[in-house]
Amino acid sequence: MSEALWALGRGTGVVALVMFTVTIVLGILGRSGRSVAGVGRFGVTEVHRTAALTGTTLVAVHVTSLFFDPYAQLRLVDVVFPFLGAYRPLWLGLGTLAVDLLLVVVTVSLLREKVGPRVFRTVHWATYALWPIALAHAVGNGTDRTSSWLLALAAACAGTVVVAVGWRLSPSYGERGWSRTPRRLPSWPSP
Amino acid sequence: MSRGARRLHVDWTRCDGHGSCAELLPELLALDDWGFPVSRTGERDPEVPAVLERHARRAQKACPLLALRLIPAVTRAP
Amino acid sequence: MALTLTTQRLLAGLDHGPAPRLTAGGLVDLVEASGLTGRGGGGFPTARKIRSIGRRPVVVGNAMESEYLSRKDAVLLRTAPGLVLDGLEILASALRARRVLLAVGHRIDPGRVREEVAVRRSPVEVRHLAGGFVAGQESALVNRLDGRPGLPGDPLVPVRERGVDGRPTLVVNAETLAQLALLARYGADWFRSVGTSEDPGTFLVSLTGSTRDVVPHPGVVEVPRGTSLRDVLNGAGTPVQRARAVLVGGYHGTWLPMAALDAPLSRGGLAPYGATPGAGVLHVLDRRACPLRTSADVASYLARESAGQCGPCLNGLPRMADTLARLAVRGADPRLSAEVERLQALARGRGACAHPDGTAHFVASSMRVFAGHVEAHLRGECHALGGAA
Repeated sequence: MSEALWALGRGTGVVALVMFTVTIVLGILGRSGRSVAGVGRFGVTEVHRTAALTGTTLVAVHVTSLFFDPYAQLRLVDVVFPFLGAYRPLWLGLGTLAVDLLLVVVTVSLLREKVGPRVFRTVHWATYALWPIALAHAVGNGTDRTSSWLLALAAACAGTVVVAVGWRLSPSYGERGWSRTPRRLPSWPSP
Repeated sequence: MSRGARRLHVDWTRCDGHGSCAELLPELLALDDWGFPVSRTGERDPEVPAVLERHARRAQKACPLLALRLIPAVTRAP
Repeated sequence: MALTLTTQRLLAGLDHGPAPRLTAGGLVDLVEASGLTGRGGGGFPTARKIRSIGRRPVVVGNAMESEYLSRKDAVLLRTAPGLVLDGLEILASALRARRVLLAVGHRIDPGRVREEVAVRRSPVEVRHLAGGFVAGQESALVNRLDGRPGLPGDPLVPVRERGVDGRPTLVVNAETLAQLALLARYGADWFRSVGTSEDPGTFLVSLTGSTRDVVPHPGVVEVPRGTSLRDVLNGAGTPVQRARAVLVGGYHGTWLPMAALDAPLSRGGLAPYGATPGAGVLHVLDRRACPLRTSADVASYLARESAGQCGPCLNGLPRMADTLARLAVRGADPRLSAEVERLQALARGRGACAHPDGTAHFVASSMRVFAGHVEAHLRGECHALGGAA
């Protein structure tokens, strides 16, 4: 039983990492205003959101199954407060931190119409911290010498995100793909 | 519960011409030379026929900048 | 016809004594009976504006004078600042306003009005603000007064519902306030004794010309509504035969050709020409100037003055101005005419404020009134004497 829970925990964790990799890449693609292979810009946005919510659900199962698995030695406090764990506390702590950030980002995103675009966007920037923390947790907690496949997967995810972020920072990223004058957005507070 | 007709309102202080709205509601919206939505009906806030209301909601949710709003068709006169 | 061209009310420089205090109901009835409309450009019935404002509002006097050709707010604040303050205080006391402010544009010296505020210990807060063409737009002004960047807000929630400090805010032009100050003392019948029945009272005209020849004495005059354009120009010593057209209202206004010289300067009198008195600007175009060149220059200015917040304005106006400029070059591509038409239609109703609409209206007016000139340009000619390239 414990092995089944451990497997479920690891499995959902791995798939969640892939989901969040897809999420961040599609987020960057969406911001660029480009559409992909007939999916349309709206499709990029919708799949981005679906991947994020799927990943979040998987993380919930991941945490729950590991909580009930005695081998993982996960206490309730470890779900929320980082670095207090028993099994590889540093890497576990990163996982907890990632869950905390994820909760904030997802909550604010679901309530985006209430909080307004400024708060929504500011909190969303946290995903650039969330993803590497999740990746580090996955590699640190999820791997040992017998899981080279996971390392390879993590490397592939990392590579994809690095390319996407590199594109994001490059000048060719442009104004949503149109030739136009960028809007003059105010910097707060006014002089 | 029946609801009155709705209009699609663009908050131009937020719109940055992402363009998902025109993809999801091509009957009402086109894109101009710079990627910003244009009402096909000539009205500033085009009225959304009942048959398109579902699509209008989807368009509203799809806007990453929260620039779209469905407002009651009848607005109060000042 | 013997006509008293200038009727000095606001600019008479008289001491009218202390301003009366009115109740909200009394105020609305008085303003309603007078038929006073906004003198800031919108021409909205003032009574309706006052009646629709919420409880304990903030009252803001708009003396931003952001209309480039206008000088009337400056003249008013120099010669009769007391009347503007009276108007504000009358509104503030009748509506039990929480705060009352006067926004003064950067082209105006607030010295006199600040003195007057100090002398009468007025509750009016005078704010001297920088800003361009869009700065006087009411939601942009409200944002600026609240310490945010002076960008127009989404009109879905108008400032009369949520404005300064999040309160219902009544923004009234300085000249309208001064009119109100006299109206409160002398009554609606007095107010209606000049002007037309559908557009009573006087208004301040900022008269300018594209050259000194065509308007030797630019300045601000007060005339009854309904005075003909011809009478105003003659009264100012303008040699009408030297003029080609007059821009009425402001840079968002409408061109009136010389054939329309007898048009009465009132809302009803100008409506057949697609024009309104606007902010009271009358700009006379010298016959020697190429009207398309002039229009293109104005359109360029208006494009530069975009707040830069809304894509259709920020991108559309420069493209429209450039296209008009290329049309102003003789022998231009015949497709440019249709392109200008397309771009002006594209600019309407798309943006948080009316800047793109007003600019489109001006460009459309130029294309319509100077249509003969457009055709000549497309043939490689320009009818302006000594026409510019």
